[in-house]
Amino acid sequence: MTADIERKQPNPPVPADDVVKMRRRRNGRAVAGVAGGIADHLDVRVLWVRMAFAVLAALGGAGVLAYGLLWVFVQQQTREEAQKEVSRKERQQARGLLALGIGLAIGAGTLSGTLNGWVAGGIGVTLVGIALVWREADDSTRRRARSGVLGAVLGHGGRSALIRVLSGGALVIAGIVVFLIRSVDLDQMQFALLSVLATLVGVAVLTVPFWLRLVRDLGEERRARIRTEERAEIAAHLHDSVLQTLALIQKQSEAPREVLRLARGQERQLRGWLYGPAGYGRKNGDDESDGVDAMKFAEAVAQACGEVEDQFAIQVGQVVVGDCELDERLTGLVFAAREAVVNAAKHAEVSEVSVYAEVEPEKVTIFVRDRGKGFDANAVPADRHGLADSIRGRMERNGGELRLRTAPGEGTEVALTMPRAVVNA
Amino acid sequence: MPVSENEKRAVRVFLVDDHGLFRAGVRAELDSITDDVEVVGEAGTVGEAVAGIGHRKPDVVLLDVHMPDGGGAEVLRRVRADNTDVVFLALSVSDAAEDVIAVIRAGARGYVTKTISSHELVRAVVRVSEGDAVFSPRLAGFVLDAFADRPGQAPISDPELDLLTPRERDVLRLLARGYAYKEIAAELFISVKTVETHVSSVLRKTQLSNRYELSRWASDRRLV
Repeated sequence: MTADIERKQPNPPVPADDVVKMRRRRNGRAVAGVAGGIADHLDVRVLWVRMAFAVLAALGGAGVLAYGLLWVFVQQQTREEAQKEVSRKERQQARGLLALGIGLAIGAGTLSGTLNGWVAGGIGVTLVGIALVWREADDSTRRRARSGVLGAVLGHGGRSALIRVLSGGALVIAGIVVFLIRSVDLDQMQFALLSVLATLVGVAVLTVPFWLRLVRDLGEERRARIRTEERAEIAAHLHDSVLQTLALIQKQSEAPREVLRLARGQERQLRGWLYGPAGYGRKNGDDESDGVDAMKFAEAVAQACGEVEDQFAIQVGQVVVGDCELDERLTGLVFAAREAVVNAAKHAEVSEVSVYAEVEPEKVTIFVRDRGKGFDANAVPADRHGLADSIRGRMERNGGELRLRTAPGEGTEVALTMPRAVVNA
Repeated sequence: MPVSENEKRAVRVFLVDDHGLFRAGVRAELDSITDDVEVVGEAGTVGEAVAGIGHRKPDVVLLDVHMPDGGGAEVLRRVRADNTDVVFLALSVSDAAEDVIAVIRAGARGYVTKTISSHELVRAVVRVSEGDAVFSPRLAGFVLDAFADRPGQAPISDPELDLLTPRERDVLRLLARGYAYKEIAAELFISVKTVETHVSSVLRKTQLSNRYELSRWASDRRLV
């Protein structure tokens, strides 16, 4: 027989955002997997998406711009996500549509007269350069994720990667230069200004992937820090409560009543922390911070029972059916019930008291019952005020009533009934 | 007590709980205090439980509500069809009504909390093995709560199943107040056998009624 203590696995928390986010495809991409990502997200065929981009490209290059923006703002799939292989045919289709899109964009631009051949060529070369560099950036993030080393850019086939990045950069510069030389007829000063501007734009475009990565890494780091803090908070709580109690129990192991009291108290506290209305998962889950006003009836009963448990080292089994807001009368009822439990704890000579509370539309009832020695209700000395004042008096002041059933040796049951206010004040 | 002292043969019990320490404790206590009950096996995971119950064919399975991989309800789902003779008694520290009711609806014959005394546990095991239902005060409270009238409740499609009779309600209330069957019988001027019939009937309704589908538990208790 094994006596190992397995760690209870808590159920993984339900992800807060079950919104499916769009992700660029990693496999079977022609350029950056944007079209594939859209197709997966909208559950349509990738062919239609690509055709749409190609057609849009003819409208003043809108398709190209849209594609570029999606490339920037949509994250790539992670490696774990489903990897779908694509057929040769689809690959060829994709390339054909890509060429068609570029052709349409240039053709439409030229025909409408907004572009001349040289400008179009310049822009085209720039776009190819951008595509090269960004694609390389996609690959390098993947490589880094795989190896976890920052310098992985030059790890696997580093030289070819470097060449691709450099040639991409060169293409962008060349494209901008061609665009500048051929498109405008300007004097020296304006030309200098424009070329500075163009260079800045070129650098900005080329470094987009690196800025993006910086931002994402920051977000990732913040999430990790929050997780760490949460874990530290749990550890601190367990230390303050459970470990301390266990230490006390070890010290008190000669006194069973004390051990029982400690264990019950700790159990209640931990339960409150885990499942309670102000429990773990909500911040500032301090029991004391909720005023009595904010407390519901069931919670008040539980708290009253817990206090008596702590005070008298007995077990109070409480069952509450229904719940409602706590008003003045019900607060009185809970105090009366608490007093009844205290009486049982003091006089009945039992280790367990049952408390049952039921909330009904027109009244609230609490039964406090013990299987203890009981007493003769008529023989209680006149100088004992507990039952008379504290319980009966409190009930009657608030319009409730008390029924007592007891006999020597038969245990005691106190039934407390309180009518509910018809309209919630 | 409904327990017959001259039991012909010990009730064979199988323990399912993912805490080895707890299993060891229950086994030691059951072995030491009584001959009415005999622990024939134990399991720490859903898979082990399914295999072990099929192999050992126990009379009663003491089943933890909370375990990895689906908990007690999952064990019941996978075992019950093939082992119709085995009865299940749920045992848990859970305070969550929806978890407990889920196990009852999956086919357990009763629910007791882990703080139950060993003698009480033996009595409960013997009782479920004889075909009775075992309602701890807490379970009685949960069931009363579930059958209470409240706005947003599933409509009553079958009055036979979806409503408790006044008598059943009385019995449940007394159970929740901590009364034993004998005391309930005396209180209501009925026989212990009749109390048992009422409790079994409540169990059947709990398992078959659709009054839970729209219960407020999920939204109201702790899942916000």
